[in-house]
Formats: sequence, C-alpha cells, structure tokens
Amino acid sequence: MSPPSDTREQFRPPEHPTEHFLMTTVVGSYPKPTWLNRAKDLAEDDDHDFDDGDLGEALDDAARTITDEHVRAGLDVVVDGEMRRNEMVEYFAHRIDGYEFNGPVKVWGHNYFDKPSVVEAVGYDEPWLVDEFAFTTGVATGPVKVPITGPYTLASWSFNEHYDSEAEVAYELADLVNEEVRRLVEAGARYIQIDEPALATTPGDHAIVGECLEHIADGVPEDVRLGLHVCYGDYSRIYPEILDMPVDEYDLELANGEYDQLEVFTEPEFTKDLALGVVDVHTGEVETVEEIKDNITRGFEVVPPERLTVSPDCGMKLLPREIAARKMENMVQAAREVEAELDAGEIDVGFAGE
Amino acid sequence: MTEVLATTPGLFPLPDRAKSALADLKGHQKDDLIDGEETGELLEVYDRARRDVIEIQTDAGLDRIVDGQLRWDDMLAHPLCVHDRVETRGIVRYYDNNNFYREPVVRGELTYDGDIAAELDGAAGVDQAVLPGPYSLCDLATDEHYGDDGEDRRASDAIDAVAGAVPVDTDVVVHTYWGAIPEKPYAHLMDAAVDAIGFDLIADHEQTIYNIQEYGTKPSVALGVVDGKNTLGESPEEIAERIEWVLDNLPAESFETVYATANTELFYLPVNKFEAKLEALAAAPAEVEL
Repeated sequence: MSPPSDTREQFRPPEHPTEHFLMTTVVGSYPKPTWLNRAKDLAEDDDHDFDDGDLGEALDDAARTITDEHVRAGLDVVVDGEMRRNEMVEYFAHRIDGYEFNGPVKVWGHNYFDKPSVVEAVGYDEPWLVDEFAFTTGVATGPVKVPITGPYTLASWSFNEHYDSEAEVAYELADLVNEEVRRLVEAGARYIQIDEPALATTPGDHAIVGECLEHIADGVPEDVRLGLHVCYGDYSRIYPEILDMPVDEYDLELANGEYDQLEVFTEPEFTKDLALGVVDVHTGEVETVEEIKDNITRGFEVVPPERLTVSPDCGMKLLPREIAARKMENMVQAAREVEAELDAGEIDVGFAGE
Repeated sequence: MTEVLATTPGLFPLPDRAKSALADLKGHQKDDLIDGEETGELLEVYDRARRDVIEIQTDAGLDRIVDGQLRWDDMLAHPLCVHDRVETRGIVRYYDNNNFYREPVVRGELTYDGDIAAELDGAAGVDQAVLPGPYSLCDLATDEHYGDDGEDRRASDAIDAVAGAVPVDTDVVVHTYWGAIPEKPYAHLMDAAVDAIGFDLIADHEQTIYNIQEYGTKPSVALGVVDGKNTLGESPEEIAERIEWVLDNLPAESFETVYATANTELFYLPVNKFEAKLEALAAAPAEVEL
C-alpha cells in the first residue's frame, strides 16, 4: 500500500476529536443569494445609481456570507462558493488576453453562455483569483481551497480561431494556469483544484489533460495539494491512465450513478487520494446522515480512510440554497460519525485487508 | 452547365431578443421546453423571430431560404420530442457537443402529426425545408415500442420513403455531418433516390473525396465548406476556393447543382458571427470559377 499523501495532514483541524481524519470539503460553486443577482441587474441598469462600487460591496458581502455558511457547516476546507464568478469559462476568459466575446450561444433549452473565442495568442494579464483567495482566507476560520477551471475545459468550451488545434490552445492556457497557481501559492494557497468537466465529453483526450497538468504542476512546491475534478463521464475510459497525472487527489462524481462506476477504480490499485462524491447535486432531496455514511464507506473499497476526502459530486450552484446548506451539514456530520466509528473499530474497512 | 447555389443546413441560433423573451416566457428547466402547443404571446415571439431570420437570409442574398427551425429546443430530435407517443425524459448529450436535448423515448406508433408542416405554413418566403433524416432520428431516440434497431441498409430505404413523398420538381438533399460518412453506409446511401448528398468537408475532406472517387455521388452535391462550429469567418473568396478545390479533385464528376453550405447546423454560433457567415456564403457563388 502506498503511503498517504503528505499534503493532507496540514488540513486537519487542531482540535480534531478523532484519530481518523476524513477531510471534508466541497467542489466549489454554490447557489448565489437572490439579492446578489438583483444587485447585478441593478448595476447593469443605467437608470439606477447603483454603481460598480456598490456591486463590489455586494460581492464582498456575498463571499463573506457564503464562506461563513461553509464554515458553519463544519467543513475542514472551505471555499467562497465562487460568488464572484459568473460562469466557469467566461470568468477566466475575461481575464486572459487573446479572448473575445461575441454573444450568447445555446447550451440546452433556453440556457445560454457567452462562449468566448480565442482570436490571438493567449497571455497572462491580471491575476485571476489571488484577491478572491485573500478575501476568503480573511473571513474563513480554517484552510481555503481554490478551484480553477482547467485549461482543457477552457479550450474545449471556447471557439478556437487562432491555434492549429484545440490541444495547442489547452497547452498555452496551461502555462497561464501555472502562472496563476504560482501566484496563489505565493499568496499562501495550499490546496488547488483543477476542474476539467470537459474531459467527460472526450475521454480519449486524457493524455492532453495529463500534459496540461504537467505544465500546471511545474515549479509548484511539494506541500501544495493539487486536485483534479472530473464529473459525469465514463471513468473506465480515463482509468488507470489518470493515476500518472501529477496531482495528489482525484475528485469524482459517483453518488449520482449510485456508485455503479466505483469498481473501475479498484483495479489496478488507486494510488492517489480519492475525493469521493457522497451527495448528489442533481436532486433536491437531502440525503440523510445514515445514507451519506453508507456512501462514505463505499469509498473504503477504493482507498483506506487516510486517503479519503469527503465531498459532494460536483458544484452545488444549481440547488436551492437551503438544500445545499443542509446537504453540506449532513455530509460533515456523517464524516465525523464514520471517523468515530473507525476509531472504535466498528467499521470494517474493505481495503484494509492488505 | 453547373449552377452554384448558396444555402444552409438550417437550425439557426435564435435572435438575441428572442432568446431572452422566450427564456422569460417559457423558463429554464426541461419541463419548460416546447411541446408543440404554444399559443398567444409565445407564438408571436416565434413568428417575429422567424420573420427576422428570413429577412437576414433574404438581405444576405442566399439562394435558398429556410425557416431556421427556431422552435426546435431539442435540435434534430424536435419532431420526436413534441410527438404524442413520445415521452421526454432526462437531458442527454447532443452528439459530441457541449449541448443537450431531452431524451425522446418512443412509447407508441409514430404517426404524422403536422407539427413541422404547420411551422412551414406560417413562414412566408421559405423555399427550403429542413428535416431530420430517419437514421439520425433513430440514433437520437430511445425505442420502447418497435423493438428493432436501425441499420445502415434500412436507413437508405427510409430516406427513399422520405424522398418518394415529395413532388418530382422538389430537389432532395441528404446532408450529412460530423466528418466523412463511413464507407459502408455511404455505399448504401448511394442506393437512395435523392438528388444530392451533402458532405461535411470541414471535419474531414480526405475521406469524403475518397468516398466520392470510389463510389461516385448523385447528380448534384452539397458542399459543407463553411464551419458551423467556429466563429472564425470565411470570406466569399475562401469559400469559393474550397468549392473549386473539391471540384478539381473530382474530375470525373459533372454536377447539375453545387450547393454551397455550412458543414453543420448553425445554432452553435453567436448571432453576429452567424450573420457574417450567411453573408459570406451568399456572396460565394459569384466567386466560383468553374
């Protein structure tokens, strides 16, 4: 059995009551308070004197409130719910040189996004997330994770007018993500998650994602925990190849499919940390603590407790806010109960046979 | 004498003002999508949007005008999704795109329901209808009634059935996309009694040229030489060059009509780029030197 990742222990709360530590965190996005959306509408409306300064204040307030909601849920590692990010591609494309916006395109039904075009060489202009990280850290009581949309997804979900191939766009963007990660590390970030949902659409491109991660991890100190989040795909198409990627943790959506793909990760041995999705973000039903405990123990079929992170399937932004909060609370309680039962030797860890 | 005509494979992006108006009227969830029963204000928004896209095509000078299939929330699966004997379930991925449609599950016999005919009836100035082919419909749907999978060979028969239903003076083009047609289905498709086959030359021109050289093609041809999935614009001269390149590589073929068109539907594009592509397409035939 490979040793647990040595980037993990730094996130154990000082007063953690049990010997076992199942780190609890979330993927990133969270429902925005209704008043924040109203404030954005006001700021866009020229007939109102609600200006950018007022909107900035509203964004700070929202980030403070939602960070606190994560803290109150008892999570070991929190985020600000991505309150300042309008959308996971647009937010970054607005901050990267070489991008242009032409208007909304359809995703499904009457849901659209401003799919940007890469019209010239991409370049690093201003920091993307350093201010967000500093603010969240200032209002949180514990460690903060920074989710970043990965270069492969940024490339796949953009029009490419400039480069010869999508892979080339992805590699160029990976260098910019590396620049941002270095700045975040300099600002004190120790837990960074690269989100690559586009890999689910085109699992054959896992080698491109792997190459991108080599660029991203370049020069990043060993004590910085790097994670990769992938969701809603056929994992057998990317496993075990993803194990070679230079990350400490894979954050995977598995509750939505009732763990029908869990077995994929049992052979060959899962040699990295697993952040297991234990609540479904596509149902408004709040899973009970008992249900979530059962889900957590499914994770022990793949990794031992010291390499299991407990997390929702994916970003929670599409849920009603109250449901999202209750899912987080139940998730944390379930993790704490499983830890106590592990300490007491009451849980049979399937993996522990070795 | 070969005639070059500018057209499109339809499925246009909604005009931006219709995007927001319809989102407000209908909502954002899967239960809010089109059911074929729209009335009142909704109908008016669609009518106005349709007039807008017809005007854009007329102003650009396209040789064939489509209605844009603006009601087709589920893209090519639309005729199934609004049918009484089809149940729509979860949201599923539309081919390899980051686009989704409601999974249509066929629960009873599929009969004529007149949805598309009514749509075209209300569209003055339209002279090209766009329909999903039986093979694609079969591929996009889940069957819980017929218990019989689609086959390449039957696709050809099915297309014949469609082609046989139109008057003889109506040209029928089978436009294909997402790369070259694999060899076997292409050979079967050549048995169908259609006037032209359309090719996606953006995604794969080499295999397409090979198919035509090996198996021939119909008396007319549709060439998808404008990229429906990229905002990068083509000039009329570039479009003309691509058409000339294809014809130069097929010295044995002489065509009645060459349709200059996009390789895929155009709803992937933001409206400004979509309009620029229509204008370039419309101006391209005049630049083609045969």
